[in-house]
Amino acid sequence: MYPEYMNESLKKVTQSRNKRFELAKSGKPVFPPMSAEEREQVLDKFHPDYKPEARRKIHVGPNKGEKLTTEVADMLESHSRIKPELFDLAQADYETDILIIGGGGAGCAAAIIAMENGAKSIISTKLRLGDSNSMMSQGGMQAAVTSQDSPAKHYLDAIGGGHFDNKPELVRILTEDGPEVVKWLEDLGVVWDKNEDGSLQVLHGGGTSRKRMHSCRDYTGAIIMRTLMDVVRNHPDKITSLEFMPTVELILDNKGRCAGGILYNLETEEYFTVKAKATIITTGGYGRLHIRGYDTTNHYGATGDGLVIAYRVGAKLLYMDSVQYHPTGSVFPEQIAGFLITEKIRGAGGQPLNKHGELFVFPREPRDVESSAFIKECLEKNNGIETPSGRFGVWLDSPLIEMLQGEGYINKNFPAMHRQFIRYGIDITAEPMLVYPSLHYQNGGIEIDEKCKTNIPGLYVAGEATGGVHGRNRLMGNSVLDYNVYGRRAGKYVAESIKSVKLGPLTLEHISNYESELKRAKIKTDRIAPVLLPSYTPENVKKRQLTAHYQGTLR
Amino acid sequence: MATKKPAKKKPVKETKTKSTKKNPKKEMATVFIMGKAHEVPAEATIMGAIEYSGYQIIRGAGCREGFCGACATVYRLPDDYKIYTGLACTTLIEDGMWLSQLPAIPAQRPVYDIKKLEANVATFQKLYPEVFRCLACNTCTKACPQDLEVMDYIQAAIRGDIEKVMDISFDCLSCGMCAIRCPAEIVQYNVGLLARRLYGKYLAKESKQLKKRIKEIKEHKYDKEYQELKSMKTEDLKKKYYERNLE
Ligand SMILES: Cc1cc2nc3c(=O)[nH]c(=O)nc-3n(C[C@H](O)[C@H](O)[C@H](O)COP(=O)(O)OP(=O)(O)OC[C@H]3O[C@@H](n4cnc5c(N)ncnc54)[C@H](O)[C@@H]3O)c2cc1C
Ligand code: SF4
Ligand code: SF4
Ligand code: FES
Repeated sequence: MYPEYMNESLKKVTQSRNKRFELAKSGKPVFPPMSAEEREQVLDKFHPDYKPEARRKIHVGPNKGEKLTTEVADMLESHSRIKPELFDLAQADYETDILIIGGGGAGCAAAIIAMENGAKSIISTKLRLGDSNSMMSQGGMQAAVTSQDSPAKHYLDAIGGGHFDNKPELVRILTEDGPEVVKWLEDLGVVWDKNEDGSLQVLHGGGTSRKRMHSCRDYTGAIIMRTLMDVVRNHPDKITSLEFMPTVELILDNKGRCAGGILYNLETEEYFTVKAKATIITTGGYGRLHIRGYDTTNHYGATGDGLVIAYRVGAKLLYMDSVQYHPTGSVFPEQIAGFLITEKIRGAGGQPLNKHGELFVFPREPRDVESSAFIKECLEKNNGIETPSGRFGVWLDSPLIEMLQGEGYINKNFPAMHRQFIRYGIDITAEPMLVYPSLHYQNGGIEIDEKCKTNIPGLYVAGEATGGVHGRNRLMGNSVLDYNVYGRRAGKYVAESIKSVKLGPLTLEHISNYESELKRAKIKTDRIAPVLLPSYTPENVKKRQLTAHYQGTLR
Repeated sequence: MATKKPAKKKPVKETKTKSTKKNPKKEMATVFIMGKAHEVPAEATIMGAIEYSGYQIIRGAGCREGFCGACATVYRLPDDYKIYTGLACTTLIEDGMWLSQLPAIPAQRPVYDIKKLEANVATFQKLYPEVFRCLACNTCTKACPQDLEVMDYIQAAIRGDIEKVMDISFDCLSCGMCAIRCPAEIVQYNVGLLARRLYGKYLAKESKQLKKRIKEIKEHKYDKEYQELKSMKTEDLKKKYYERNLE
């Protein structure tokens, strides 16, 4: 239930609804989309990335001298969790063809395709298999299937959305493999939303010129992820998942080839070595670093670990100066602050409104532009709605959807959203939601080529942990596509590439070298990475933990 | 408090300001986490309360938004004989709540190859014979934090109505609450998952458009268009992008 003081503003939303409905029904744009200049202006002034403190120079490693997101630079300039000299690498605890780090969507897709191409794998994962950002996507996956659409149109949308910084060949592969991925997933048993005649239901997303968002109600990620997990679990002889066993460092061989990793059992606190002919990093994003203090939509284990371990062996990062804030994170009630409200709400006709009940931006600008417009409306124009805890938000008018798409549409298509709010006495079929940008996606990452290869032999990356596919801004629906397209590719190419691989003696020398580099750069810090899990332990509790030893965020 | 707050001059913080609404002192409540009393903010979720009390969760949190089912929790309330089930990430605490998270749910699961299965009742008979022991007691439905009609989908599985199982179980989180409460020892969520996969693979009508598009791509229909786009100067590409028409 909304506090009483919001009633006046809520009333204005209701009052303006009929007029907005008429306009939306007419098919004309409900608000003029921004020109290139207008986009630039609002980004420059209001996007959190463009604040001077948001980025800083990094002093070590392959991207030395470049400006990165401050929190990322901090994380990279930190110490290892391990002392290399304590490990006996002559005798590995596990040996396999491929070590896959991260049991989310990209990791499972890679394991499945690698298996089909004759390679065995071990999936090292931090939480349970499937506990990941992939499980959470609600809105859907882009793929150009309809006759009005084409893969090339999808390409242009993705490049424009990414501010023309995307690596063109990666976008071509992303968009051209899309339809095949829809089919592959359906053959595995994913239940897509379809029309009576079997054609796929499609909706718009931010920055799309054609309707091409495919979905499974608003449990798209959960349906896909559980299907992939089920396939993985049906092949225990080929794919071994090690849960609550995150990888904390990579291992190289004496020729500089990546040869596996060091795993840490979060429960027994033991370390294990895995020797593998090749390694695929699929650790996803970094929302739980809470960049610039923002709430996040991401799962508990999204701490950017893959970036750290790859950087220490010398892998290059790309576009790690750009962070994606999802325009519609929830801001009220407090308990669900930061939770994602899917962009499909706007795709289906939902509109962002200020406290006067007015539309102030085209509802489907690319995410960074839309987010910046929300921030501007709240911070510069003072047209936001303040919550009891001092947050700001704008309305997201969902009842309009029921008018546009017919009664019952929300319950049928947004059951997760409806559930999320009804728990707090807010019925989104009758009342709008209150939203503000939330930290959502790691736009950049480890640089890869078309075969998911990095500059380190034997090291591959797929999914959100990579950089280049989305330029500096990802469009909705392109990242579920990304982890499928590139997860599959990684599985295929790695399985092919390892046939002739002979590893030399293993080493962790790169860890000591990195430590020396930190010292030479005169970096004095007690930071430890990978972060593994965020800590939400209150300060007063920590003060009493007199004999606790913290390594980074973890005891 | 029905009054609207006066508009303020430029707040400095990007996400939060010092509230002008003088929050009265935070109300607190007592919860018993695994039997031990803790004072926590009265409006906390169960997960929030656990962390506020100083526990670092390892098992028991995944998505933190109601999608993964990692945070299954059982609890009782004062002066109430009932046992309740909920998701720690989305359930609010109540004063006097006695709670415990379930770190993992034991559940057997046969290994199968979906390609070799048929979309009919025989598949359930073979893989999950215990389904047919359902007593129709409805305990599973009462235990479901997603408010799904769990018993109905189990009954639909018994009838071999795969579409119905798919439809009713669609929003299932595999949290396992139904399974631990079931007197017939059925693992409902695995049955639902199997039915959804069978439906998607064998029963969903094929999309002709999709088939056609995949064929076009294999026949290199879009190569030329891609080549053109890729060879364009950024200036021209920008122009083309901003001039593209919207559906
Ligand atoms: C709430 C939400 C909604 C979204 N909605 C959409 C949408 O509608 N459409 C869309 O296209 N995209 C969406 N996205 C983005 C998309 O879901 C993700 O970008 C994508 O799923 C990432 O897949 P991934 O496999 O690369 O990473 P993830 O799925 O996050 O998997 C990474 C896995 O690695 C594990 N891990 C992390 N560190 C380690 C370590 N050190 N060792 C071992 N394992 C580790 C993690 O725990 C996790 O299991 C959404 C994201 C969120 C958070
Ligand atoms: S059906 Fe069972 S496993 Fe699925 S959400 Fe409900 S209680 Fe949890
Ligand atoms: S709890 Fe078990 S026995 Fe009872 S209705 Fe549900 S499935 Fe049947
Ligand atoms: S943590 Fe995922 S459902 Fe609660």
